[in-house]
Amino acid sequence: MDSSELSKKKYKNLVDEASPNSNVYRDCLKAFAVGGAICCIGQALNNLWVNLGASMDEAGAYTAIALVLSSVLLTGLGVYDKLGKHAGAGSFVPITGFANAMAAPAVEFKREGFIMGVGAKMFTVAGPVIVYGTLASIVVGLVYYILK
Amino acid sequence: MDYVKAFAVGGLICVIGQIVLDKTKLTSARILVIFVVAGCVLGGLGVYEKLVEFAGAGASVPLPGFGNLLAKGVKKEIDENGFIGVLTGGFKSMAAGVAAAMLFSFLASLIFTAKEK
Repeated sequence: MDSSELSKKKYKNLVDEASPNSNVYRDCLKAFAVGGAICCIGQALNNLWVNLGASMDEAGAYTAIALVLSSVLLTGLGVYDKLGKHAGAGSFVPITGFANAMAAPAVEFKREGFIMGVGAKMFTVAGPVIVYGTLASIVVGLVYYILK
Repeated sequence: MDYVKAFAVGGLICVIGQIVLDKTKLTSARILVIFVVAGCVLGGLGVYEKLVEFAGAGASVPLPGFGNLLAKGVKKEIDENGFIGVLTGGFKSMAAGVAAAMLFSFLASLIFTAKEK
């Protein structure tokens, strides 16, 4: 009896000590595995387009489109959001996460209509990414033009 | 070998995002904005393109690769069309991906219905 209570306490202490860190490690491991796997699928698609005769730039564009299509389908089926609960950054950092961030609100807010629902909510996350990405590209462009 | 590199580099970029997410409580939207801007700046400096040459899709598929694409596009447009390229380059280079995402997301909203939560 005594020894089992002691071991329970010990166990609880061990859990308390280990949990905050191990959660971050576990999250990182999952993000690494899922993010890495998505990039491998991208690499396989890239190789496929190049073998079919596409240039590197064309292959990159077709890969992005294929990944976006897959991600939107999985989002519509409710699979991508389940993956996101486990994989965290592993699922939202790749381009598939960007597509998910457009498709998920588009489907969810259909009930608010096609203008202010689908049309507007599609850009809740994608909008800021496009705005600040474009602004950054303008700054890069200005510097490049001046230094050229 | 290119798959190992793609897995390792792509996975590591996601791990950086995960650490920022866990340690700072920044939302995923903010992390995506930071990643795209960072990719664009690194692309402007010509650094990110070296990573793409090394890791292929491991560097181009994560969102910093999207930023790099914008930087590459703006430089190319300036080389070809002069000053107006400062404004047109970024948008042009993302056009295919963003238009595809809009089209597919719109179609998804026609086909699928959100589950009750």
